[in-house]
Amino acid sequence: MQPEYDVNMLITGMADDLQTKLNSLPKQELFMIGIHTGGVWVAQQLHQMLGLALPLGSLDISFYRDDFSRIGMNPQVKPSKLPAPAENKHIILVDDILHTGRTIRAAMNEIFDYGRPASILLAVLGERSGRELPIQADVVGTHIDLTSDQHVKLIGPDNLTLQISEL
Amino acid sequence: MIQENIQLDQHGRLKHMLTLEGLKRQMIIDILDTAESFTSVAGQTVKKVPLLRGKTIVNLFFEDSTRTLTTFELAAKRLSADVLKVNVRTSATSKGESLLDMLRNLEAMHCDMFVVRHAESGAAHFIASHVAPHICVINAGDGRHAHPTQALLDMFTIRKHKGEFAPLTVAIVGDIMHSRVARSQIHALTTLGVNEVRVVAPKSLIPTAVNTLGVHVYHDLEEGIRDADVVIMLRLQNERMQGASLPSEHEYFQRYGLIPEKMAAAKPDAIVMHPGPINRGVEMSSEVADGPQSVILEQVSNGIAVRMAVMSMVLGHSSQGATSQ
Repeated sequence: MQPEYDVNMLITGMADDLQTKLNSLPKQELFMIGIHTGGVWVAQQLHQMLGLALPLGSLDISFYRDDFSRIGMNPQVKPSKLPAPAENKHIILVDDILHTGRTIRAAMNEIFDYGRPASILLAVLGERSGRELPIQADVVGTHIDLTSDQHVKLIGPDNLTLQISEL
Repeated sequence: MIQENIQLDQHGRLKHMLTLEGLKRQMIIDILDTAESFTSVAGQTVKKVPLLRGKTIVNLFFEDSTRTLTTFELAAKRLSADVLKVNVRTSATSKGESLLDMLRNLEAMHCDMFVVRHAESGAAHFIASHVAPHICVINAGDGRHAHPTQALLDMFTIRKHKGEFAPLTVAIVGDIMHSRVARSQIHALTTLGVNEVRVVAPKSLIPTAVNTLGVHVYHDLEEGIRDADVVIMLRLQNERMQGASLPSEHEYFQRYGLIPEKMAAAKPDAIVMHPGPINRGVEMSSEVADGPQSVILEQVSNGIAVRMAVMSMVLGHSSQGATSQ
């Protein structure tokens, strides 16, 4: 039996952790970017809670995936929107679930094509085992214990819920 | 007889892009949506995505082109593919044989895609039906037959300005007879379900069977563009002027040249398009070409995003198929 996750409470906890980490950084240089689709939902709430000055950005990493030659083009790809230049910004990258780390690698590659950020910090709602790259989050909402044949997904955008399913 | 279905694989996905005729509405929408996402690449500091890294794309142009060739090349480069241009002039004799020979050679160099422009209708189909199975072919214009990526970028531009296709009246003005662009546009517009497609031209420049394409024919410019949302001007090709089709450029401009006074017949918010290159003072005056309703240069920018979408879709499906075998 899996525990029920209170997503709103987890995001509030993430906002508190972020606040502490971001205190020493210049507020007008903080640039939050959510990864499509779930990461954007989480980022929207965090962005509001933290009262960031720069508008929220969103990334669709479909064009930077490392499995394009295996799975082809995703027809649901959305445009990436970075309303501010990434150059010299302290980026807060937000995703829903950190699993293999490949999405984050792709997202970082894409961000660098928009400029050279001063730093990147990773905040995720849920972290699970199964990393395939040396990538870890700076702020984690919750750790989720899953076996390799289980899958977790953030359902939204209304009433965000973490849904665990068997593959 | 040209076989249309070779451009789809056994799962109904795009394998080649040869013509818009027979393509489902949803597939055209998918291409436009994917292109929309690629527009953000032009805003990046590094205007490149790594999608087609390691792929080799050959621009095989048997006919002159500046805009199409350049935007195809830019599109391929922005997808990180390697691009090479083979500038070929067709010799009148033994063309078929030498063409196949050339294809075999390019295949031996491990190329992944051919972008083909040719003066003969059906050339891209011919090449697509003779290449090795892993190679994708994109038609960049074949004779009078089709120019699908041009029509797609036109649809993309129309959607950007007008949103929905259903309520639109679109007038295509000029040399319908010889225009592969017009043919592809008509297929796209009718598939996307616009309210009305009109063609406007002198009788000598309208093919007799045009009615079967579901369009309305006009011979008077102002009547033809009255209350239109979109006015597409076609290039009058100089070589056609030599024949009996037309009296003179001057006379053509008097009757069919788009000038601000005539443009007033269209809706006040109508857009004016042209696939380029424009003959100023023949198809339209500079006041219209450079005026506030003109979206001609946007069409060029949009061409890059649309060609990126088509290239990545066909190559994505092709490599997917290759792995599953």
